Amino acid sequence: MSPLSRREFLAAGAAAGAGLVIGFYLPHHGAGNSEMFAPNAYLKIVPDGKITIVLARSEMGQGVSTSLPMILAEELEADWKQITVEQAGASTLYGDQSTGGSASVKTTWDPMRKAGATAREMLISAAALEWGVPRSACKAENSTVVHSASNRRLTYGQLAARAAILPIPTDPPLKKDAKDYKIVGHRIPRLDTATKVTGTAGYGIDFRLPGMKYAVLARCPVIGGKVASFDDQESKKISGAGYIGKISDSAVAVVADSVWGAISGRRALKVTWDEGPNRDLNSAAIYAGLKQSLSRKSVSLFSAGDVAKASGRRVEAEYQLPFMAHAPMEPGNSVAHFRGTTCEIWSPTQVPQDVRDSVATAVGLDPDNVKVNITYIGGGFGRRLEHDYAVEAALVSKAVNGPVQVLWTREDDMRNSTYRPASYHRLSAALDGSGWPVSFSHRVAMPAINIQKGFPLDNGTDSEVRDEFSFVYPFPNAAIEYVMTETPVPLGWMRSVNALQAGFASESFLDELARAGGKDPLELRLRLLAKDETLNGWQTARMRGVLKLAAEKAGWGKALAPGHYQGLACFACFSSYMAEVVEISMENNAPRVHKVVGAIDCGQVVNPNILEQQIHGGVIFALGNALQAQITIDKGRVVQGNFDDYPPIRMNEAPVVEAYFVESTEAPTGAGEPPVPPLAPALCNAIYAATKKRIRTLPILS
Amino acid sequence: MPEITLRVNGSERKVDVSPDTPLLWVLRDTLQLTGTKFGCGAGLCGACTVHLDGEARRSCSTPVAQAAGKNITTIEGLSPASGLHPLQHAWIAEDVPQCGYCQVGQIMSAAALLAKTPQPSDDQITEAMSGNLCRCGTYDRIRRAIHRAASPGGAR
Repeated sequence: MSPLSRREFLAAGAAAGAGLVIGFYLPHHGAGNSEMFAPNAYLKIVPDGKITIVLARSEMGQGVSTSLPMILAEELEADWKQITVEQAGASTLYGDQSTGGSASVKTTWDPMRKAGATAREMLISAAALEWGVPRSACKAENSTVVHSASNRRLTYGQLAARAAILPIPTDPPLKKDAKDYKIVGHRIPRLDTATKVTGTAGYGIDFRLPGMKYAVLARCPVIGGKVASFDDQESKKISGAGYIGKISDSAVAVVADSVWGAISGRRALKVTWDEGPNRDLNSAAIYAGLKQSLSRKSVSLFSAGDVAKASGRRVEAEYQLPFMAHAPMEPGNSVAHFRGTTCEIWSPTQVPQDVRDSVATAVGLDPDNVKVNITYIGGGFGRRLEHDYAVEAALVSKAVNGPVQVLWTREDDMRNSTYRPASYHRLSAALDGSGWPVSFSHRVAMPAINIQKGFPLDNGTDSEVRDEFSFVYPFPNAAIEYVMTETPVPLGWMRSVNALQAGFASESFLDELARAGGKDPLELRLRLLAKDETLNGWQTARMRGVLKLAAEKAGWGKALAPGHYQGLACFACFSSYMAEVVEISMENNAPRVHKVVGAIDCGQVVNPNILEQQIHGGVIFALGNALQAQITIDKGRVVQGNFDDYPPIRMNEAPVVEAYFVESTEAPTGAGEPPVPPLAPALCNAIYAATKKRIRTLPILS
Repeated sequence: MPEITLRVNGSERKVDVSPDTPLLWVLRDTLQLTGTKFGCGAGLCGACTVHLDGEARRSCSTPVAQAAGKNITTIEGLSPASGLHPLQHAWIAEDVPQCGYCQVGQIMSAAALLAKTPQPSDDQITEAMSGNLCRCGTYDRIRRAIHRAASPGGAR
């Protein structure tokens, strides 16, 4: 399709085999400013009635392959049973395709509705012309256009070819009232479930090409280290062993006929490493450095009034969080087929275009000659925003001149990840004579993900830190200050990104203030949020709404089972509001989490089934982070290697999770990340209620 | 290398691999049965769960030689007829998977449980399933799906 002005937004044409195709553009949360219209999604209706939505969003469990088509199908007045979804791959013909930032539903809500409405209007026009009746006498329902007066009807399949040659309406009407929704807001089963229970869903690791070899890489265990030399004499004796060679400064690839051959070959490989400048790096020094840097120059992320002048009883506390790893269930992998002048990639990725560009640079091709296919993703949590696996696969494929799958073992994943930044926080407040806080200061030292990755400073800082530390409580005096530090430890975006650190420190400290002032933690928050106002784009009323809903459903303040205690926290991030109440008892000095009640306000709920999944998932993920997730560094090496020393939550530790949604007709916002930040502070606040001990360092069981 | 004869999903398969090769890689790379997943390589996550003579086993930590002579069942052969196993119906009815990567292993563990304990209690489910990790946190729906499959006529 030729480039059009972006203002035109939509393009229509005839499908191969006489149908209707509409190309449209789904903006990404970090979309560029290109004036060219490059469609990155398509709607296709063919004569047999099948409706296909080709979608440039990666499915990693968050349900976009169901929820986004629902938005379109609603306005299309489609029969949901006729909808199928295809994953688009990256090429320079497509517009932005990144999936992340809990942004898919938020950013596609309008274009998806508009694309569906456009097709619907064209199909209605086609029917009206066919029958020679006014458009206004026809209506669309259930993939059919109906003329009630004559009781005639034509299916979308019958109308598609005729609709394709009609002009595109510029402003198709959209449904205004949520009560008219037949698909959006309903508990629709996911479209990807059947293949996922039969083992036929194709993840990156499952992709095969004829003659494909398998590769694992020996990477320098010390962060930033390099290969000095290697001895592959023993590796070459492994059955099925193939190419063994350096593919970058820091890695040697071992290729074989099978994964096991490659793993065995790597085990037999002797590499001498040049450990480089980080050989003495360790976690104790990293934490000490973060704490020391709190006194360095900071950037103001937010301020109100004057915290220095606020008088009253001072309360202070310091908090510390560790590096964490995403550890998705599907280890890193990609298949590459370098063919001299072109390269094709099959990868579980959230960023197909970054993959394309990085691969092109790595193997010396023009990006136009790199094709990226997106597979199902076995868990993302932000890890698939990196493109390391695909670049490695391309380099090895070029080295062996044939198709190769690069596979990471779990230890590779744990030790060569990009980690949630460690952080150190100092909070202080003043309480008035009645015990209410009148000032609030939060100073954080933390390395900046985006700056380490080479993105430019924005007003002297990493704007994502500013966004995720943004403040919802309208204190008369408040200061949030950020000391941006540096670290050689590779950093990455991990589910809720910096909001986890912000939420843990500030929501734990609010609990401390409530206790210090003799107030109920819920009452304190509701009082701070009592007036309807908007602060940093956040509405106090919506935060009150989730707090009240979670508290009511959890029976906050009511009698609990003997030995049970509750803690509460709330946080707003990625345009949504979330509150959680955690109920625990203490067993052998450790918390046993019985129940988590979560309430979210993410605007109009698109699919309650998937939203409930996101809340269950976010809570369980965050509980693992809070209890035991800690990446430590010793002698420049990541210590943890597998699920024994980096243990996620198992069924025997999983609480009952109840998910509640604030009813809203606001445009929908993110749900993948908001359930994460409130969990750790709510849990530590519950531990305080149970034990009068304050946990200020994560993980709890460290 | 001597050929090893395996009985996989009811069929005899001869494989020419080193006897210490984990069964997982023989299934995935030699026999192209990719439904069984690699998660940790150390028997810690359960993504690679298959049945050996009806018992749930972690194929990533089972040398192929140990599987010779046993009935190996993978997700591809869980339901011998063309239809789905009652657990797969229940998994669909409860819409369990998110990313879905661990779910095959979860279903294989659950199937081994139900074969021995047709009406498991919550505690029995927890005990049988706690070796299977899910990073998407689908445990609540997994539990409901197992109860559903165990209830008379409840799978659908």
